[in-house]
Amino acid sequence: MENLLKKALNGDIRSIARIISLIENDTPSKDELLKRIYPLSGKAIVLGITGSPGAGKSTLTDKVIESFRRRDMKVAVIAIDPSSPFSGGAILADRIRMQRHTGDPGVYIRSMGTRGSLGGLSRGAKESLILLDACGYDVIIIETVGVGQSEVDIIKIADTVCVVLVPGMGDDIQIMKAGIMEIANVFAVNKADKPGVDRVAAEVRLMLDLVKDGEWTPPVHLTIAEDGTGIEELVNSFIAHSSFLKERPEGRRREWRRLAFEVEGVLLQKLTRLAEVQWNSYRTDEIMDLLLARKTNPYAVAEDVLQNIMPCDRADHRVTEEEDSSDVAANDG
Amino acid sequence: MSERKIRVVVAKPGLDGHDRGAKVIARALRDAGSEVIYTGLRQTPEQIVDTVIQEDADAVGISILSGAHTFYFTKIIEMLKERDASDVIVFGGGVIPDNDIPGLLDAGAGAVFGPGTPTSACVKWLEEAVANKRAKE
Repeated sequence: MENLLKKALNGDIRSIARIISLIENDTPSKDELLKRIYPLSGKAIVLGITGSPGAGKSTLTDKVIESFRRRDMKVAVIAIDPSSPFSGGAILADRIRMQRHTGDPGVYIRSMGTRGSLGGLSRGAKESLILLDACGYDVIIIETVGVGQSEVDIIKIADTVCVVLVPGMGDDIQIMKAGIMEIANVFAVNKADKPGVDRVAAEVRLMLDLVKDGEWTPPVHLTIAEDGTGIEELVNSFIAHSSFLKERPEGRRREWRRLAFEVEGVLLQKLTRLAEVQWNSYRTDEIMDLLLARKTNPYAVAEDVLQNIMPCDRADHRVTEEEDSSDVAANDG
Repeated sequence: MSERKIRVVVAKPGLDGHDRGAKVIARALRDAGSEVIYTGLRQTPEQIVDTVIQEDADAVGISILSGAHTFYFTKIIEMLKERDASDVIVFGGGVIPDNDIPGLLDAGAGAVFGPGTPTSACVKWLEEAVANKRAKE
């Protein structure tokens, strides 16, 4: 591991890739490794690119890589595709649109499956960022499909979030309910050669007026990723937002919030693992039979398992419950 | 520790544009729980090997229907060696004459599957090959 880390920090791609696998596989030695490299991280711009399937995220990312490379910045991409909930396997194909960058030593691309993580972003992705940052990549792009929670999850790890929209995907209510207005720092309205693009851009701008808070107003860029139209302006906005975060108090607040999420995430992962282990060792056929016959219930069983993890005085619970009910009674009176 | 997935690159080197076979095998591997990194059409050996290294793949599956299989297999295996990645399993399929198969295996290919091979045979072979490889790590 020591040797692997040394080679990775010297830029050896195979070693970087190996360590990312160790992180993704949640190898026991991972925590020590992350503690070691954490102080070396914190220099990279972490950019999240999210949007609906088919919005053109991968093609856009490909052009964004090119623009950063022209600015002589090293780029790492973590491209996330959903894992199959049935087999746990995945077809990771975001690379297809970026394959022309293979062979450029300043670009590293890694595909990841969501591997059942609820937020759509696996802890593996979050922790791999730290490694890539420590290994000297100037920009780290996380490309992830925005379905359900994952587009909200991305603000927990990215400094700058770009939401990619396309004309013809629905009306302004869709934009409103998706929660994307709150998370986007920069908008790309892609496929700008398609009809309806001005309407989408106008709706986004209108919505921004309603929810705007803070000093940063998210710019709305029209892009055609296919031919590169609007990409330079888009990347300029990424860099502007990154400088804004460094200079303004809002950046500090964001970092504060991100770090709180980070601790919470690590805690949850550890507790989940602990809960799984405890439940697996507690579980017997007798208990399952009792559950099946409805002689006990999942709540009581879970409470017993929890008792093994975190012994607590149950009498306290009962008192609290009684107090609660007496409060209710008092209110009723 | 979460389960360690098999990571496999499925690649189409060269100029033939028929990727049905590659897609069929990619799906079969995904359905068996593997993570399949799909590179798309017309890849050079350099691109394929770079992808394998960046993705830390256990194996690379090559689909060739153009007749240039001997060149691509040999080249890819050679480049993996140069990159200190000779442990990566190389396998493939496509339209490959039976007479050419021993040569590919001699060059270092793990297996070559011809037309009509059930996908399950290929999946099973790969799972065993990856298990053997990991046992040696």
